[in-house]
Amino acid sequence: MDALTHTLLAADVQDRGAAVEAYRVTKRFGALTALDEVSLKVEAGSFHCLLGENGAGKSTLVKCLVGYHPPEEGSFLVDGREQAIRSPRDAQRLRIGMVYQHFTLAPGMTVAENLLLARGDLPLRIDWRREKAALAAFLASTPFRLDLNARVADLAAGEKQKLEILKQLYLGQRLLILDEPTSVLTPAEADEVLGLLHGMTRDGRLTVMMITHKFREVSAYGDSVTVLRRGKLAGSGKVGELTTQDMAEMMVGSAVFVATAPRRRAADPERKTGEIRLAVDRLCADNDRGMPAVRELDLVVRAGEIVGIAGVAGNGQKELIEVLLGQRSARGGALRVDGETYGATRAELRRHGVFSLPEEPLRNACVPTMSVAENMGLRDFDIAPFSGGWLSLRFLRRGALTRRAKEWIEAFGVRPPDPSAAIENLSGGNVQRAVLARELSGAVRLLIVANPVFGLDFAATEAIHRRLDQARNDGAAILLVSEDLDELLELSDRILVMSEGRIAHQVLAGYVDVAEIGRHMAGGAGHGTGH
Amino acid sequence: MSETTDGLAFGSLALALLGGALRVSTPFLFVSLGECITEKSGRINLGLEGTLVLGAMGGYGVSLLTGSPWLGVLAAGLCGVLMGLLHGGLCSLPKVNDIAVGIALMLFGTGLAFFLGKPLIQPQAPMLPSVELGAWSDDEQIRSALRINVLLPVGLALAGLLHWAFRASRWGLALRLVGDNAAAARALGYPVVPIRIGATAAGGFLAGVGGAFLSLYYPGSWNEGLSSGQGLMAVALVIFARWNPLRCALAALLFGAAGALGPALQSQGITAGYYLFNAAPYVLTLALMAASWTPGQTLAGAPGELSFTQR
Ligand SMILES: Nc1ncnc2c1ncn2[C@@H]1O[C@H](COP(=O)(O)OP(=O)(O)OP(=O)(O)O)[C@@H](O)[C@H]1O
Ligand SMILES: [Mg+2]
Repeated sequence: MDALTHTLLAADVQDRGAAVEAYRVTKRFGALTALDEVSLKVEAGSFHCLLGENGAGKSTLVKCLVGYHPPEEGSFLVDGREQAIRSPRDAQRLRIGMVYQHFTLAPGMTVAENLLLARGDLPLRIDWRREKAALAAFLASTPFRLDLNARVADLAAGEKQKLEILKQLYLGQRLLILDEPTSVLTPAEADEVLGLLHGMTRDGRLTVMMITHKFREVSAYGDSVTVLRRGKLAGSGKVGELTTQDMAEMMVGSAVFVATAPRRRAADPERKTGEIRLAVDRLCADNDRGMPAVRELDLVVRAGEIVGIAGVAGNGQKELIEVLLGQRSARGGALRVDGETYGATRAELRRHGVFSLPEEPLRNACVPTMSVAENMGLRDFDIAPFSGGWLSLRFLRRGALTRRAKEWIEAFGVRPPDPSAAIENLSGGNVQRAVLARELSGAVRLLIVANPVFGLDFAATEAIHRRLDQARNDGAAILLVSEDLDELLELSDRILVMSEGRIAHQVLAGYVDVAEIGRHMAGGAGHGTGH
Repeated sequence: MSETTDGLAFGSLALALLGGALRVSTPFLFVSLGECITEKSGRINLGLEGTLVLGAMGGYGVSLLTGSPWLGVLAAGLCGVLMGLLHGGLCSLPKVNDIAVGIALMLFGTGLAFFLGKPLIQPQAPMLPSVELGAWSDDEQIRSALRINVLLPVGLALAGLLHWAFRASRWGLALRLVGDNAAAARALGYPVVPIRIGATAAGGFLAGVGGAFLSLYYPGSWNEGLSSGQGLMAVALVIFARWNPLRCALAALLFGAAGALGPALQSQGITAGYYLFNAAPYVLTLALMAASWTPGQTLAGAPGELSFTQR
């Protein structure tokens, strides 16, 4: 960290973090007012947190600030002077940089190319040898380790996030905006990254503005907070003067209860579970590049239990889920649901009551350009009461679909509450809710879930965890893959650790040793975990 | 005795194939390099077949009018630029699909060329000169096989240049970024739409030049049957070459050789299945496409923004 600070110091002695103000910023998307006269103030060299429920307008606000989509009204002040920021180039000139909620890397290009392209003032002819040496020197001055020649598509999510942040550090930004930067990182990685950035703000070298849903990060690293609620400013203040309770109330606009400790005690090891619902037998599957990703994996999920799969991303979890959902064909092994051979066909899904929430639901569980109501009907639009009638020609009954969508939108708090909105225009958290509504409202017998609260605000996280718990208590068998160990500890009856495509470790909820799990996640089963 | 004649026959067949490859491959080479540039920017221009034919007509006409075949080549390139700008401009309108526009422009380009080219069928325009690479040899067969057009080395050099530029020039990197992830390019402040239009225009220029080769060198006349789908096959060739200009050049030579198979066999006295052998390039296209596709895997090296690689 010191080394990094020094290189940056040497590069430009005059530089301090930027002070930024937004003044009555308004942004509309058609009829929707995503931001309504929002003002905020970020002091130079501070670590500022931006909070709000899903769809509150946090991403929209910072996108206005970096010129991604300029606002209709309002202005921005940088170091007290009004600046017109109409394009990302303008923001770049003011040395304001942003790490987007969705990755903005070119997947087909290398780490080095991605870093260089970000710089913007490339020479006509690129001397790769010199540039690579300079990049290596820069990389060595940071605690991050990345292969400059690796293709971005081959990096794990955590590595991509590091590259995004590295890219901004490389540009020597004075204001760094992070949109939910830690949602793809393990807690240890998150602490490493945020600790580094926090250190840079302490030196006054950098101002950080971070959007997050995690109160823990706010109290550990934040100096001040601004809270948005449904496009309006809901409040702001110093972190030391506000309790978690205060911030949560600002977010939702009413008194709430925030659980600070895990709600559920560890599950009762003597708990009775039912018959085997899902049996995976010596499953093998390849990843996109044709390399083995799942290797002879065995697992069993019984009725009335949640089986959690822990592991570092990229150890075959994604491929396992894809095989279970029928998105990828297995290379070997067998799947059985309720004792019958299972190939994830629509008929089988229906017969056995199999539901799922895959990761990246917009891509894996939605048709982005179709409406919320249509997406909510994807499971059953072709059966009564949503289709049928005349000569049993199975006409679609839009009215019925829309009516049900309205109920679900209400029950799951999807915003905006408009069944006809294209689902791709919803904020990340709201897409998640819409899909969950579809998957949790039926008669669930087997539920396959991957990172269910990815990017959800605290209230939604609570609600979803409660629903999963409820589904299990109602007798559903649940397979839960998550990168968040806390979530697994809180929900699972049994935890399996997946490493290099195999189950490396298995433990009942009552007997969990977190250090042991960590060791198996790192792949150092038993011997020489050497850090 | 019979062994030597066999050897001789084989040698001259190989020579005929080589000659054919060197002669026929140039339009493949130019069109595929053009398409490579366009596709690297994230768009597919299927209209290059039309551009090729229009370039052939325009190049022939200007050569006839001015008496300079090189001005003809330039004019052909400019025809291609106009077609490229049209494609690029149309595709930049909201909700316009590049493949549909490409098919429309393919028909438009050929139609326009046939319409404007009616008076050019009879007169003989000045041709592009050839280079005698085989001057050292007394063997007429070798000399004829190595008689090439300047455009071929120019095209090969261009392939090398593009290969370098995609990797180590500002324009090349920006082009690939735009083709790989448009949202990222926009966030970094690269002008996505102008870069794509520019890439399509540059691709059109090269395809037009490829057309000029057809009418001004080989076969060397203007008529409506001039192109036999080279423009379309070049698109397939780019995919087979995995968007790598050097591999595009190799593939173009291979396609050229395949195209020369029929005539070469005929010159050896094998006339059976002449039309079948003439179909070799098309069969090769299908075979290569099938062979280079692996189920369950995304195409390695494909620009992420291409409409057919998006999931
Ligand atoms: N391009 C767009 N077109 C139409 N509506 C949009 C667009 N982008 C955002 N919105 C809408 O603006 C509102 C605010 O979205 P935004 O992405 O800023 O939410 P957020 O606070 O970042 O939420 P999350 O925590 O889920 O990321 C949402 O209702 C969303 O549907
Ligand atoms: Mg957001």
